[in-house]
Amino acid sequence: MNTSPLLSIRNLSVSFNTSRGPFRAVEGVDLDVAPGEVVAIVGESGSGKSVAMLAVMGLLPWTATVTADRMMFDGRDLIGISARERRSIIGRDLAMIFQEPMSSLNPCFTVGFQLREAMAAHLDLSRAQRQARAVELLELVGIPEPERRLKAFPHQLSGGMSQRVMIAMALACNPKLIIADEPTTALDVTIQAQILDLLLKLQRERGLGLVLITHDMGVVAETSQRVCVQYAGQQVEMQETVSLFRDPHHPYTSALLAALPERASGRLLPSIPGVVPGLADRPAGCLFSPRCRFATERCRTVPPPRAGAELGFALCHTPLVAGVPQVLETLA
Amino acid sequence: MADDPILAPPTGGIVIESVPPEVSSLRAFWSAFRENRGALLGLIVVAFIAFLALFAPFVAPHSPIEQFRQHVQQPPIWAGGSWAFPFGTDAVGRDVLSRLIYGARISLGIGLSVMVVSVTLGIVLGLASAFLRGVVESVVMRVMDLVVAIPSLVLAILIVAVLGPSLVNTIIAVTVVYLPRYVRLVRAAAIAELSKEYVVAARVAGVGKLRLMFVTVLPNCLAPLIVQAALGISDAILEAAALGFLGLGAQPPTPEWGAMLADSREFIRSAPWIVTLPGLAILVTVVAINLMGDGLRDALDPKLRRS
Amino acid sequence: MFRFLIRRVALTVPTFVALMFVTFVAVRLVPGDPIEARTGERGIAPERLAQLRHELGLDQPVWQQFLDYAGGLLHGDFGVSIVTKTPVIQEFAILFPATLELSLCALIFAVVFGIPAGVLAAVKRGGAVDHTVMTVALTGYSMPIFWWGLLLIMFMSEYLGLTPVSGRMDLINYYFEPVTGFMLIDSLLSGQEGAFGSAVAHLILPSIVLGTIPLAVIARMTRSSMLEVLGEDYVRTARAKGLSPLRVVGLHALRNALIPVVTVIGLQTGTLLAGAVLTETIFAWPGVGKWLIESISRRDYPALQGGIMLISGIVILVNLIVDLTYVAINPRIRHGG
Repeated sequence: MNTSPLLSIRNLSVSFNTSRGPFRAVEGVDLDVAPGEVVAIVGESGSGKSVAMLAVMGLLPWTATVTADRMMFDGRDLIGISARERRSIIGRDLAMIFQEPMSSLNPCFTVGFQLREAMAAHLDLSRAQRQARAVELLELVGIPEPERRLKAFPHQLSGGMSQRVMIAMALACNPKLIIADEPTTALDVTIQAQILDLLLKLQRERGLGLVLITHDMGVVAETSQRVCVQYAGQQVEMQETVSLFRDPHHPYTSALLAALPERASGRLLPSIPGVVPGLADRPAGCLFSPRCRFATERCRTVPPPRAGAELGFALCHTPLVAGVPQVLETLA
Repeated sequence: MADDPILAPPTGGIVIESVPPEVSSLRAFWSAFRENRGALLGLIVVAFIAFLALFAPFVAPHSPIEQFRQHVQQPPIWAGGSWAFPFGTDAVGRDVLSRLIYGARISLGIGLSVMVVSVTLGIVLGLASAFLRGVVESVVMRVMDLVVAIPSLVLAILIVAVLGPSLVNTIIAVTVVYLPRYVRLVRAAAIAELSKEYVVAARVAGVGKLRLMFVTVLPNCLAPLIVQAALGISDAILEAAALGFLGLGAQPPTPEWGAMLADSREFIRSAPWIVTLPGLAILVTVVAINLMGDGLRDALDPKLRRS
Repeated sequence: MFRFLIRRVALTVPTFVALMFVTFVAVRLVPGDPIEARTGERGIAPERLAQLRHELGLDQPVWQQFLDYAGGLLHGDFGVSIVTKTPVIQEFAILFPATLELSLCALIFAVVFGIPAGVLAAVKRGGAVDHTVMTVALTGYSMPIFWWGLLLIMFMSEYLGLTPVSGRMDLINYYFEPVTGFMLIDSLLSGQEGAFGSAVAHLILPSIVLGTIPLAVIARMTRSSMLEVLGEDYVRTARAKGLSPLRVVGLHALRNALIPVVTVIGLQTGTLLAGAVLTETIFAWPGVGKWLIESISRRDYPALQGGIMLISGIVILVNLIVDLTYVAINPRIRHGG
């Protein structure tokens, strides 16, 4: 773990200009991904986990403003970079897989065209080499009859098949890091495990870095070495997966884990009451305070500080240790 | 809803879907419409032109057909003319400004008449084909296909050729040309509505066919129809002006804008204002109505919103 | 797919039959007797009148006239012009290339400027370019084209002296026999120096005038279609590949955005032919539009009847082709069934 991180982000914030003023979708996210490491980002929908990664890719619409103290990928600074330079990185060393495989492929072009296109943009291959590699890639992601599938249009593929194509496309230029944005959410339950296994197998074989965005704690437990928990655009906790499951430090993480069916003890599955705050109803203090079991008056009025590494960088006034809130001696 | 005691649901947990009162939906429409600066501008211009048209006899400085023989082809005020004829005079000495003001009457009149007649016919034929289906629908829709197949102006020309050129026949011709879009729109909207629960409920409740057509279903098809009607006025004005230009519309000395252009060709060099002004009047009117129509569409039907 | 094709073709048959019927009836109803129109008001000997009526088939019962007419149509016989005594189809064939040439140039003008304008407006949404394009499009869409034509003549021809006022060719300096009927091609074939330039110069203003409304429609349609497509997931995928903006917008987005635009372009045929009537009248362009207007004033029934039949037939056919093209360029329908 001493190698310098592949991706290193400090204090990433993203805000959108809306007609009702700026909206902070992501606030103060830190993330390091080492080569060959799997990091999961978990959170409910609307917690800004996709937006943060789209910001890294530079794929946000023009209404978004991205700021960060640091955003380095493979030794290159992604903040001050020109659009042209960024395009030479994304799609080659840094690839992304999206949530909706069916709509993420262009309906007007064949699978083969879309697969070869990325290679044509980044690799110095002849037409025949590209075709050969396309066949190879489809075989790699487990698609039978690759030659025939290359001539198919996206609407002729099933959802699982489309996601395999998307994975093949991400792998086309031998990336160092893949960001997978809920790659299995839109698929049938039976297919989900297959796709996840495929992704992890390829990750292990090729030593890729993988950022897995998900809302499924079960997936996190099975796949990742490290977890980053996001709530309402803020990063509330980051820990090694094993220790996070053993001893969550943020009340939100704790509540998420308690909501796992495997951990439920009673007849009723525990849930977290309330919803993620939106644009209009952001609390003054801790964003999770309205839903937090341990919230104090201080939580409701003063934004929480970030704890140290030993407490999972928890963004909380009273981080939990073994389920018990600890009162921090803070400067405020 | 909670801050309005009248609309608050009755206690006891039964929530009744309350229909917002007429005033508030109108107000909501108006606030959406007002946000659109172009639409507001269009509305102001249209209102101004309508005012001129309504009060033409009081606003116009002269009679539109009186010929001032000693002032033939007098240039407008900005080209050295006199205040007696601010926009100059035409080839036989008629005051161009007065003719334009009276022309607004004719153009708006044509546009509105065509709209009213074709919307009415469109509702009747469209609802009839949606409700009766079968032969009625086939016949109506095939006839509409036919009308659409003939280029609009060619068909209008044919109709005017049959009926003879006049203002009323222009209205008839343009109505026929623009009928299909209303019929198709009403039919499509009505068919879509017919499959919805509330229509089934009304049927089960024993609502009569006519009442079902006009009272139950029609109001729910109105939004796109209103938008189409507004835009239809401008199309009708353009079409009628084209007929007038070809000499197949209003006959002289009627101060119709298209007809005014028709005999201006020979004065392109000597009296450019005779060519410029009537066309400008048509353009401004049509642009204003279209701006208003676009605003209506955005405010009434968010689904059709352009962006 | 095949069944769709058959169904679509079959649907046009009743339209054609109805079209025959309507043109036939309408033309019979036109006031004024064609013979009177030709002989003037001086009067004519009764036996000569009867002979003329017999020649024209006007002494037959109306239903017989219709059957003869419909039967003739099926054999490509669209009647004989009363005025020129030539078959209508022959006159049409001579005049139609002029209209087609004008319409095609207008359409090319509309597409070449309309699509990029729409794309640019969508990409720069909300900016100055967008507002300009939309304002110009609204004005174009609302333009009385007969006035637009006069304005252009006034400014470009009379004031600047840049372009010719009317016609298709400078007939004082050049003369050659038509080969294809397309002046651009014929002038090149003639080998006369400057003839091609003259043909182009004559085409510029009429093409702009006729292309203005389609241009506005295409620009608006392209913009809204493009805006929709730019928000699609597959456009994000294309950008995630690190492709250039030109390729993302010009290939991935545009290819999808064009599907509805092509339909709209096809539906402009009717607009173009209707506009051709006005444009040809303004620019004294010897095409079918001007001919149709003249047929009315000459009370030339068969010419009017045949002309409307032919023009409408072309519109129906083009709409049919557009529908089939729509299927061809949209892989989802092509393979779907």
